[in-house]
Amino acid sequence: MNWLISDTWTIVIGSLCAVACALPGALLVLRRMSMMGDAISHTVLPGLAIAFLLTHSRAPLAMFIGAAVIGVATAFFIQGVQKLGKTESGASMGIVFTTLFAVGLVLMRQAVDHVDIDPDCVLYGAIETAGTTWQYITLLGVTAPRAVFVNGGAMVVNLVLIALLYKEFKISAFDPALATTLGISATLMHYLLMTMTAATAVAAFESVGSILVIAMFIVPPATAYLLTDRLAVMMVLSAVFGVLAAVFGHVAAIIVPPWFGFEGTSTAGMMAVVAGLLFALVWLASPRYGVLARMYHRLVMSMHVLCEDVMGLLYRLEELTDTQPATMPVADMTQALVARAWLVRRALGSLGRQRMIRRGDLGYVLTDAGRDQARQLVRSHRLWESYLAHYLRLPADHLHDPANRLEHAHELADKVDVALGRPETDPQGKTIPSRDNQ
Amino acid sequence: MARINTSRSRLRSFTARRPKRGALVIAAALSMSAFTAEIAAAPMQNPKGGHSIADTGFTWPTVEQTVRVLTLRDYNTRIVVMGVTCLGLASGTVGTFLLLRKRSLTADALSHAALPGIGLAFITLVLLGQDGKHLPGLLAGAFIAGCLGVGCILIIRHTTRLKDDAALGIVLSVSFGLGVVLLTIIQQMPVGGQAGLQRFVIGRAASMGARDAWVILICAAAVIVVCAALFKELQLLCFDQGYAGAQGWPVIRLDVILMALVTMVTVIALQSVGLVLAVAMLIIPAAAARFWTDQLMRMTLTAALIGMVSGYLGAVISALQPRMPTGPVIVLVCAAGFGVSMVAGIRRGMVVRVWRHWQLNNRVAMQHLLRAMFEQYESGTTPDRAFDGARMIQPRRIKVQFDKLLPKRSWTAAELRGIAATAVRRGLIHRNDDNSLSLTDAGGAQARRVVRNHRLWETYLIHYADIAPSHVDRDADQIEHVLGRDMVDRLERLLSEQLPPRTVPPSPHGA
Repeated sequence: MNWLISDTWTIVIGSLCAVACALPGALLVLRRMSMMGDAISHTVLPGLAIAFLLTHSRAPLAMFIGAAVIGVATAFFIQGVQKLGKTESGASMGIVFTTLFAVGLVLMRQAVDHVDIDPDCVLYGAIETAGTTWQYITLLGVTAPRAVFVNGGAMVVNLVLIALLYKEFKISAFDPALATTLGISATLMHYLLMTMTAATAVAAFESVGSILVIAMFIVPPATAYLLTDRLAVMMVLSAVFGVLAAVFGHVAAIIVPPWFGFEGTSTAGMMAVVAGLLFALVWLASPRYGVLARMYHRLVMSMHVLCEDVMGLLYRLEELTDTQPATMPVADMTQALVARAWLVRRALGSLGRQRMIRRGDLGYVLTDAGRDQARQLVRSHRLWESYLAHYLRLPADHLHDPANRLEHAHELADKVDVALGRPETDPQGKTIPSRDNQ
Repeated sequence: MARINTSRSRLRSFTARRPKRGALVIAAALSMSAFTAEIAAAPMQNPKGGHSIADTGFTWPTVEQTVRVLTLRDYNTRIVVMGVTCLGLASGTVGTFLLLRKRSLTADALSHAALPGIGLAFITLVLLGQDGKHLPGLLAGAFIAGCLGVGCILIIRHTTRLKDDAALGIVLSVSFGLGVVLLTIIQQMPVGGQAGLQRFVIGRAASMGARDAWVILICAAAVIVVCAALFKELQLLCFDQGYAGAQGWPVIRLDVILMALVTMVTVIALQSVGLVLAVAMLIIPAAAARFWTDQLMRMTLTAALIGMVSGYLGAVISALQPRMPTGPVIVLVCAAGFGVSMVAGIRRGMVVRVWRHWQLNNRVAMQHLLRAMFEQYESGTTPDRAFDGARMIQPRRIKVQFDKLLPKRSWTAAELRGIAATAVRRGLIHRNDDNSLSLTDAGGAQARRVVRNHRLWETYLIHYADIAPSHVDRDADQIEHVLGRDMVDRLERLLSEQLPPRTVPPSPHGA
């Protein structure tokens, strides 16, 4: 692999584009309007075609303005169809953007002799060629590919707007009604966001293509949303993920295909794929909202409950047989608790390490410390049964299961005790053990 | 509770007029077999349609050309028209359920998700030594990828705190990116036929061959037969999923079937209209049909018809005008149909809704005028005592000055004059020579009824809803105009202790 200067530029352009998209994208994801970004980015094509037909030139500024105006108009049309036709929002989006896209394709065919706008280029972008020398321009004494200035400009404008109106954007994203009562026009903020989205999409379409812009708008902010609860952090993380996707996307586009004997593949496409992989990674491994983290928490919780259940079982056995300590074989325990054998073994191991139980002749017995703990649990269970019977008037045969779930909330047991006037026995007539061992 | 009730009653009104399922299946099968015969009978010669590709200027087609295309004389035109018409029929049918399930944009994500499936299918076919352009193979790949896409959407929705829109956007963009990556690699493969894959992105209906049309036709027929066979079940799923579940219907399985049908239609739409516009074929006919009817069977048939007509017209227009690409033109015809329906649809169209709104406003304004007149009579500011609160004797003898009415409500003088003119035209109010107004006998009777309704409702709110007397007037104002006969009866029974029967009760605000 030989790394060219154009490869560096490709990564710079991709990163600038990713940051520019991540900022409005975070707001879109929070406001549940991701598909609005999709709709607007599709209408870049008709915007370009209409701008060309009106001005008969390919002047970049005219094209830019035309496409951005159509983008904002898309938001208006969607709102219009939704309100005037009482059509559901998703459907009105689908109707408006497909219609405009069709208009764009038809206009493009009409203009095909006069202009070299290639629908494929609009859809997929051409970030690989954006860094080649013939695309260089000099602005303010800096010579760089044109796309650097375009995407960099979009990024700077978005940064400034969000920095200036951060509070307003935040309030209207989370609570439009509150924003209105505070004197911030939620509608104005909505259309400002739509304008930012449209302008960013137009700036970025040359680099990543109008459909893949949506990957930059949504996937990095969605990834960040799984990691944080703060808007500012989310925006920074989105930008970071966007840049990571851009860098690794280009590298992967160059490196991966040669493994299979091909030259290389679309960088823009690979950026979207890498962004998706990053999302999948965070989806699995996010400390708070990740799938693995939640599975782990659930496992820890059920282990805790199982440990307590084992102790409760041994305590009841002692009560029943009136022997201290009473022994129970592991097989009987597994059967009585209706749990998997390996889980029960893990719970027994854990309890043994905490010196709550110890191995007896035929099975396990409670230690003194374990008996104290178990007494609390059984007390909690019987108090909850009494509470449910007294206040919720549950019939006697329906008490055990809910109490089994509530008993693990030990902290509340004392309050229940007080609320019931310190009862001595539970509804089945069993003695409720006292808090301390007499 | 109220929401559940309305959806249930809506459902009942939908189920009441359901044609027989068997008849529907037969009709679907018949219409399909007619198309089959057409395609089969088409001669295999004459490979080229009327126009050359090089012809780029816009010219009006001659009458002869138009007739030739409209009557499907050319083999190519016939194939394309048949294919897209079948497609429109199937997509309109399935789209109805998709729209009512509020899943319209799922189809968009799904069509994008199909692209990597097509790429992988091509690669697999080539590696197996088959022809990469084998259409059923490619479509099978697209179908599987589409189903995986839907699965990913569901997983993201259920296992993260992201909402539907983000899930759709992620699946849509990432799988499209993957598709682009694969297509770029396929371009470099040392086999032919790669260029054909591009048609799945933008759609190139004009390149449709007889085999493609056959595939579309078989898929469309299957989709319509399944829809017809499961019509009742899908209907229940669309309107009240919870109820369907409680009744023991396999809701999840039905949902899977519906999404599989949607995937199938999307996949066959890909090569005609392309993956961006495939969603249009599903949503637009259904959304347009929604303006015309409140009944599901009619809506489904209307949507199917709109889809069919759009497909036919789109294909014909693009056959007549070589610079009009078929897919986009079909979508534009659909959109035109939607525009017309949105304005003129007889159930929910804008014209009808504006008309209904205007009528209601008029009725309300008229009742306000009558009540204002009546209260003026009551207030005793009139010189004559022909009014005794309960009954009205010769209402014509009392005159109400125009400027007395004006401050009664927040209406402008012009508005009030307009309403009064309407009331005079309807014979409810009489205009005296000195420009003052009097109720006629008919107007008096109606005014009594209006005031009575208003006060019944006010009294109800005060006694049963515990609303302060100073606040009931506005609340009663909103409901009094829509109080039905039986509601008034119930109020009367309820309030019989507070109010003497059959009279206009006194105002609870005091004199």
